[in-house]
Amino acid sequence: MDSNLKDHAGPLLANLERRLFLRRGLSLGALSLLSGCELTDALTYDERVQRLLTAMSKWNDGAQAWLFDPKRLAPEFPESMITNPFPFNAYYGEDEIRLVDAAGYKLEISGLVREKRAWGLPELYALPEVSQVTRHICVEGWSAIGKWSGVRFSDFLQRIGADLSARYVGFKCADDYYTSIDMATALHPQTQLSFKYAGETLPPKYGFPMKLRIPTKLGFKNPKHIVAIFVSNENPGGYWEDKGYNWFSGS
Amino acid sequence: MAADTVKVHSLLVRITHWINALAILVMVLSGWKIYNAAPLFDFSFPESWTLGGWLGGALQWHFAAMWLLALNGMIYLAYGFFSGHLWRRMFPITTGAMLRDVLNAMRGRLAHDDLSVYNAAQKAAYLGVILLAVGLILSGLAIWKPVQLYWLASLMGDYEGARLLHFFCMSGIVLFVLVHVAMVILVPKTFLTMITGRLKNG
Repeated sequence: MDSNLKDHAGPLLANLERRLFLRRGLSLGALSLLSGCELTDALTYDERVQRLLTAMSKWNDGAQAWLFDPKRLAPEFPESMITNPFPFNAYYGEDEIRLVDAAGYKLEISGLVREKRAWGLPELYALPEVSQVTRHICVEGWSAIGKWSGVRFSDFLQRIGADLSARYVGFKCADDYYTSIDMATALHPQTQLSFKYAGETLPPKYGFPMKLRIPTKLGFKNPKHIVAIFVSNENPGGYWEDKGYNWFSGS
Repeated sequence: MAADTVKVHSLLVRITHWINALAILVMVLSGWKIYNAAPLFDFSFPESWTLGGWLGGALQWHFAAMWLLALNGMIYLAYGFFSGHLWRRMFPITTGAMLRDVLNAMRGRLAHDDLSVYNAAQKAAYLGVILLAVGLILSGLAIWKPVQLYWLASLMGDYEGARLLHFFCMSGIVLFVLVHVAMVILVPKTFLTMITGRLKNG
């Protein structure tokens, strides 16, 4: 796979998402009418409201995929603007941070990829390194600027022979967290499989041995302690997404 | 129309007014829940005044009602521009007239003989709240899409600046709603007029 494909896959995928969004938009009205008939007395008022809100959130996924420009870069900042200390955040407290053993670590690869072999840390560390100083925006509203280094995720996807026309990339983490992203975002030039924070090996609290840094998505879409990556055409959902956070959550 | 009634509000103005009232209520109550997740200042909103149950629920309400608010607002503004409603009702307005009417209102001496003609204090308040709503929606877009709409966010001092602006526009609108509702309580016939569109003479 050469870099030509990568350059073209992004816009093509964005176009695909756009078409899907328009089609979904047209069918949404008909769909809500249909579901209105089918529910009658089976659902409580609250359940109906929740259905409507969930449908709107799905529609917003499409709206955001449509707005997403695969070439637009997130702003980068001078290192003097880095937030110190960079906040820790997870679905658990700082005293429960998972410690991943570096020696026994293997990154599992599965799904729509050519080379499904697992990767050890030394070979991951040997991949070409890029750095970024970008703003991490939390779904809660706060933001912090940090510096991450690692391999460009689109480079990694090409190395493993991922099907770049597939729709989703999913992640499983050592702390039982999981999430997934759209392929257009996975191929964005700033989406990075990060092994370092502020020039040092990623410490456990920031996701040792690696996190996926996505400056075009909210913080909870940036998985830490990744142990498995898979490519799929079925939306794998996510820890917070399955509880109700918007799936696309793009910035 | 019967001879003894005058038309004050068109059907479109009445419909968009009430849809807007609902959208603003949902946006403000869910917005307070979102604010509480990471307060900008040294206070939080009482949880019982919020909508959504938890942050994820509040975000679902906020990002659903934003379409209602924006589409309804655009319909109102398009009507206001092209029908001449905005120009007729809101202009002319002068600073002197505005100060005079605001002072009169505070002394309880504001005349409300003809509800279809706004006094200068009303003109200023309604124009002001339209500007606040535009600021609220633009800063909200900048918070929602600080990368895709970076040009918009950068006008407001980037993401954190847009958050502040969003908060202050919300505060302005809430202040407007408080005064607006107080005025309706003082002059109750205006409430029915916003439903029927008409007002009995005399």
